[in-house]
Amino acid sequence: MHRLTFVPANRALPLSLIPRPRPRPLNLRALPRRIACELASIAGDRDRELELPLVLILRPLFPAFQDALRERFRFLEPWESSLPTHDFLSAHANSVRALLCSGPLPPVDASTLACLPGLQCVVATSTGVNHIAMDECRRREILVANAGTVFSDDAADYAVGLLIDVLRKISTSDRYIRSGLWPLKGTYLLGSKLGGKRVGIVGFGSIGSKVAKRLEAFGCTIFYHSRTRKPSVSFKYFSNISNLAAESDALIVSCALTNETHHIISKDVLLALGKEGVVINVGRGALIDEKELVNCLMEGVIGGAGLDVFEDEPNVPQELFVLDNVVLSHHRAVFTPDSFSSLLQLVIDNLEAFFAGRPLLSPVSA
Amino acid sequence: METLGVLLTVPMNQYLEEELDSRYNLFRLWETPPESRLDFLRAHAGSIHALVGDTNVVADAETIDALPRLEIVSTFSVGLDKIDLHKCRERGIRVTNTPDVLTDDVADLAIGLAIAVLRRIPQADRYVRCGSWKAKGNYQLTTKFSGKPVGIIGLGRIGMAVAKRAEAFGCSISYHSRSEKPDTNYKYYSNVLDLAANCQVLIVACSLTPETRHIVNREVMDTLGPKGVLVNIGRGQHVDEPELVKALVEGRLGAAAIDVFEQEPLVPEELFGLDNVVISPHAGSDTLETCKAMADLVLQNLEAHSSSKPLLTPVL
Repeated sequence: MHRLTFVPANRALPLSLIPRPRPRPLNLRALPRRIACELASIAGDRDRELELPLVLILRPLFPAFQDALRERFRFLEPWESSLPTHDFLSAHANSVRALLCSGPLPPVDASTLACLPGLQCVVATSTGVNHIAMDECRRREILVANAGTVFSDDAADYAVGLLIDVLRKISTSDRYIRSGLWPLKGTYLLGSKLGGKRVGIVGFGSIGSKVAKRLEAFGCTIFYHSRTRKPSVSFKYFSNISNLAAESDALIVSCALTNETHHIISKDVLLALGKEGVVINVGRGALIDEKELVNCLMEGVIGGAGLDVFEDEPNVPQELFVLDNVVLSHHRAVFTPDSFSSLLQLVIDNLEAFFAGRPLLSPVSA
Repeated sequence: METLGVLLTVPMNQYLEEELDSRYNLFRLWETPPESRLDFLRAHAGSIHALVGDTNVVADAETIDALPRLEIVSTFSVGLDKIDLHKCRERGIRVTNTPDVLTDDVADLAIGLAIAVLRRIPQADRYVRCGSWKAKGNYQLTTKFSGKPVGIIGLGRIGMAVAKRAEAFGCSISYHSRSEKPDTNYKYYSNVLDLAANCQVLIVACSLTPETRHIVNREVMDTLGPKGVLVNIGRGQHVDEPELVKALVEGRLGAAAIDVFEQEPLVPEELFGLDNVVISPHAGSDTLETCKAMADLVLQNLEAHSSSKPLLTPVL
């Protein structure tokens, strides 16, 4: 998953996400016969394992994925060696054709790719591939597969949930009541009606189109911006994102992070959105100029925000903590068991397709 | 022509209050301490022709009896459970409510609450605000909403609006109501327990009557089960509240998002420590836009009544 940083084992993680070390080989001759026979049959399993295709990983697998993946693939794990990573990679250069990238750290950058002249395929566990040197992959014709659309429903649900929360003050009201204020101070502030709102979707891919479908049912008017107009989409298209913001009551950011989309939600866009406007971000933190966003929120230049992602996670600008028109979340828009099991299946399917010479199921288009 | 005397029971909306004050003789019931209210009513009984109330304080039998010149009750709500309709019928008192203008907002909140509790959004917000993301990480998985089977109790205006929204998330819809609705394709269950057994998100959207009091009881909650989610945007009395608290604390019911309580604004404090609950302060129609629309509807009904024209949204 893109969003998991590689953390040392002593951090408090849920058990299923704590990396576990691999077992070391045993000296069979030192053991009683009975046990040695049993272990020999296990070694037979290991022989079969040696026939499994080899996949390079740069960080431990999610423990929840281990069993299913190790049944089908062998993994090359650089951190098990005392060699520095790039030396290790160079030493194994001839045997590495596939790489499974399960997080943004370490990135699959140009210098890593340079150590792997035989690499032909990268399978990423996220939809975003901004941590992979895509230009270099294209140049070397390395196939890249991402998480496709396995996360789209959950991301769209979360974006809609954040929008309703900000407009109808669900999280702040919950906090208000739990502080005992309802009997003391009466009704909380009135919210703002979602129906009839003009919602500008930035990035009309799988997530953006699912957000649109959901919000239409609430009576919203949908506009969108993306790199190019989509002929099959009936909603009004804006090639200029500030114009989109000027005509929208809310912006939902769900596009990929690239050099072009970095800080696509700039100060100008926020000014155009205006003081009743709401921004929802389930894409990447760097899609929004975060410093400007914080200023705009504090000064009332825009009306509110729902943010699942930030420029420097897990750091969140503390100024946001005292604002009641903001809903904050720790990069978990797609964290459901459904997404994870779909992801596992897709990773397996992509790797198996590659090794069988079949097309990848979720290739990243050029 | 005598100016209409209007009794406003609580200060539910400033715009409404100001308009009533400028157009009519306004009597503000809440300015009198509770123990003196009946005396206040009797003292002004000769001048009060109309009563405007909300979901908390409208027109019970005692109030109606104290107001012999009462002609119309115009409630700032669509629910009628706080009005003694029997008495109004007896006395020939007209009753109006505020249907339709609040349907969208209440349905929006129902879905917003369902997502909020399934995806634990208020919990995430709390988590980030108290610095736990940086300190502790935590990548807890939460439950997907899209595609879940949704059950609706009451398929009136609000129930239908909830269904339409849930369908956009790929949810299958089933419902229970007094009788099957002929013009929908949703699956009907004549028994609320069967509905609870066949859905994962149960949304209460019916009106409160003696028959629907505690329609969500312990048995329904146990049937909904440890993976089930209850969303109540109806009335607090639809749900057996002490049983709800126990079911949540003991894990027999998976989660709940509750906008209404048996004794608002009091909320059982056991809920305050739970992560599988979202609590909302009866905010179903609490938007600036809708409150203005509701207030205008009340004013238009009173205007119609005082000029002997047909009422816009009569119940009686």
